[in-house]
Amino acid sequence: MSVDTNRRSLSGWGNTAPSVATVVHRTGSELTHPGALELLGDVDRGVIARGLGRSYGDPAQNAGGTVIRLDEGQIELDATSGTVTVGAGVSLDTLLRRIVPQGWFVPVTPGTRFVTVGGCIASDIHGKNHHADRSFGSHVISMRMLLADGSVRGVTAESDADLWWATLGGMGLTGIIIDATFRLIPIETVRCLVDTERVPNLDALLDRMETGDHQYRYSVAWIDLVATGASLGRAVLSRGNHATLNELRSYVPGAADDPLKFDPPALPGVPVGMPNVLNRAAVRAFNEVWYRKTPREHHGTETLTGFFHPLDMVGHWNRLYGRNGFLQYQFVVPFGEVATLRTIITKVSAGGHASFLAVLKRFGAESGGLLSFPKPGWTLTLDLPAGVDGLGRLLHELDDLVMAAGGRHYLAKDAVSSPEVIRAGYPRFDDWLAIRRSVDPDGLWVSDQARRLELI
Amino acid sequence: MKNAIQEPQTILLLGGTSDIGRAIVHELDSPVLRSVVLACRRPDEVDTAGLSEHAEVTTVRFDALEHGDHERLIAEIAADVGDLDVVIQAFGELGVDDGDDPEAGARLAEVNYVGAVSSGLAVSRRLRSQGHGTLIVLSSVAGIRTRPSNFVYGSTKAAQDAFSTGLGHALHGSGARVMTVRPGFVRSSMTEGLDEAPFAVDPADVATATVAGLRRGAEVVWAPGILRFVFGILRFVPGPIWRKLDR
Repeated sequence: MSVDTNRRSLSGWGNTAPSVATVVHRTGSELTHPGALELLGDVDRGVIARGLGRSYGDPAQNAGGTVIRLDEGQIELDATSGTVTVGAGVSLDTLLRRIVPQGWFVPVTPGTRFVTVGGCIASDIHGKNHHADRSFGSHVISMRMLLADGSVRGVTAESDADLWWATLGGMGLTGIIIDATFRLIPIETVRCLVDTERVPNLDALLDRMETGDHQYRYSVAWIDLVATGASLGRAVLSRGNHATLNELRSYVPGAADDPLKFDPPALPGVPVGMPNVLNRAAVRAFNEVWYRKTPREHHGTETLTGFFHPLDMVGHWNRLYGRNGFLQYQFVVPFGEVATLRTIITKVSAGGHASFLAVLKRFGAESGGLLSFPKPGWTLTLDLPAGVDGLGRLLHELDDLVMAAGGRHYLAKDAVSSPEVIRAGYPRFDDWLAIRRSVDPDGLWVSDQARRLELI
Repeated sequence: MKNAIQEPQTILLLGGTSDIGRAIVHELDSPVLRSVVLACRRPDEVDTAGLSEHAEVTTVRFDALEHGDHERLIAEIAADVGDLDVVIQAFGELGVDDGDDPEAGARLAEVNYVGAVSSGLAVSRRLRSQGHGTLIVLSSVAGIRTRPSNFVYGSTKAAQDAFSTGLGHALHGSGARVMTVRPGFVRSSMTEGLDEAPFAVDPADVATATVAGLRRGAEVVWAPGILRFVFGILRFVPGPIWRKLDR
């Protein structure tokens, strides 16, 4: 048996279900050369693009096939229009280090800077501002794509409506995004003005969010899923806005001299081979401390990193889950389905499956992407260690509850669901599939997730 | 494609009538399971009911002795159901083993060992090319130290076990995995009428241990787990005592 040196084992951020593929590195301009696809050689088992591998499950791997890692590319800031054109392989980390000192911020950021622009579009990501600003795709003006027939095409919502709406949230299965132009938002400082409060239970939390979220651009609640009974759903609610220069002067006078200084720290990472330290006892203790350490109410400023990307300060925190890895279960149910939300929280709390992070957020309007995840409703995200007995039964039960409530699952997180559950959650799935088949009739773009969920 | 908690979409059971193999299929049943293929000598006679609530269960003709046909068969099954997520090598015979019949002994070796090698390599080829998948090999503690009363059977399982663990090492880094399962005495149709050995278990117990091993990425699973320690000692028991223990 000979071993191909480009063959590498890949998994998502959850470190579950690894598979082996041939990994090739390309720059954006290499992909625009004629014959770029032929140079890949044997692609019998298809091709998928991979960014920084921060999807939790298996969308950026392709067992037995080819995976293209797009290298970082250009960043062209147009300060007059407030837009930027960025290579799809560029990370938000690189991008923010460039644009924040010039007074700009990305329109949407997930909980980590270590995602690529291509991944932001392919997953049509959302952030704490979804209720105000919708998802990433809503801010994209145009993109260039490499299509399965080898052509490179500039795409906008007007020029290629089908391809456009199939690509936002399309998990890379319509073609490879080479670069994209999108709108930025102006900021005066690198701080956010944040209100943090402890909320004693789920009813109080939902009420606080429903009545007050509109006063904030950013809002998210961390729920203590270990708490049960009268404290079920107790949470820390954190909401804020970008601080203006005047606000910075009054809150942190010392920082006002250099209000756009952006230099996020990186602490040492977690080593390989760590056992699972996030067991039930540790998670229970963490949740208790996190809730208790939060003052009943607090009003002050936080840095961009502290507010948006706190976990980025610990490299490879995913290794804390040990070799069996973990998964992140995220779903959305319509606002009217609070009963389902409560049932799910009760089941997870009672089931003894320790969730280190449970995050609740209100979603705003859909972006229009056929497989885009966000739609109006409550979205809950749970981190769960894999390899635990009984986890499958619990998750499939939750799948059924979400499906019955007219909810859906986030493909950038999903690692467990079935094709039926995904189809039920996305009413325009068949339209998406028809477009995918017309732009890629031979099924060139394939991922493990696409095989598993029959997205092909 | 298996999911994050090691639930497969497709299972191929080589030895479709094996009680242990079928118990493993049953244990792996989940809403994501799509296809189960039972491969055995007489596919018309195999019972497909009750194995899975979710999957389509089909049968196909497979004979461990027809070595030349194994690769074609595996390719054909994969063409039919797609990537093979889990393959269970569960066929085998216990034989009527008095250690005094050259022809019967050779046949046992042909089925239990040579058949395991040829079907195992055919499966390995497929799993390597698809970049993922697990081969579960049902070995036996009978191969860890062969007993005088069934040493021919024991020797075939010893050889199969060595093949299986070796294949697992060879496949490292390919995305394909091999898990070797070493049950003790299992109350099944194969052992019907025999006196139970200590630590006897049911097929369902072996299945539970196997699936737990699959989830934690084990290379070797003992069923029950205590046999790992028991045989750790029995391996080194002096010959005269070992012979007495087999009475």
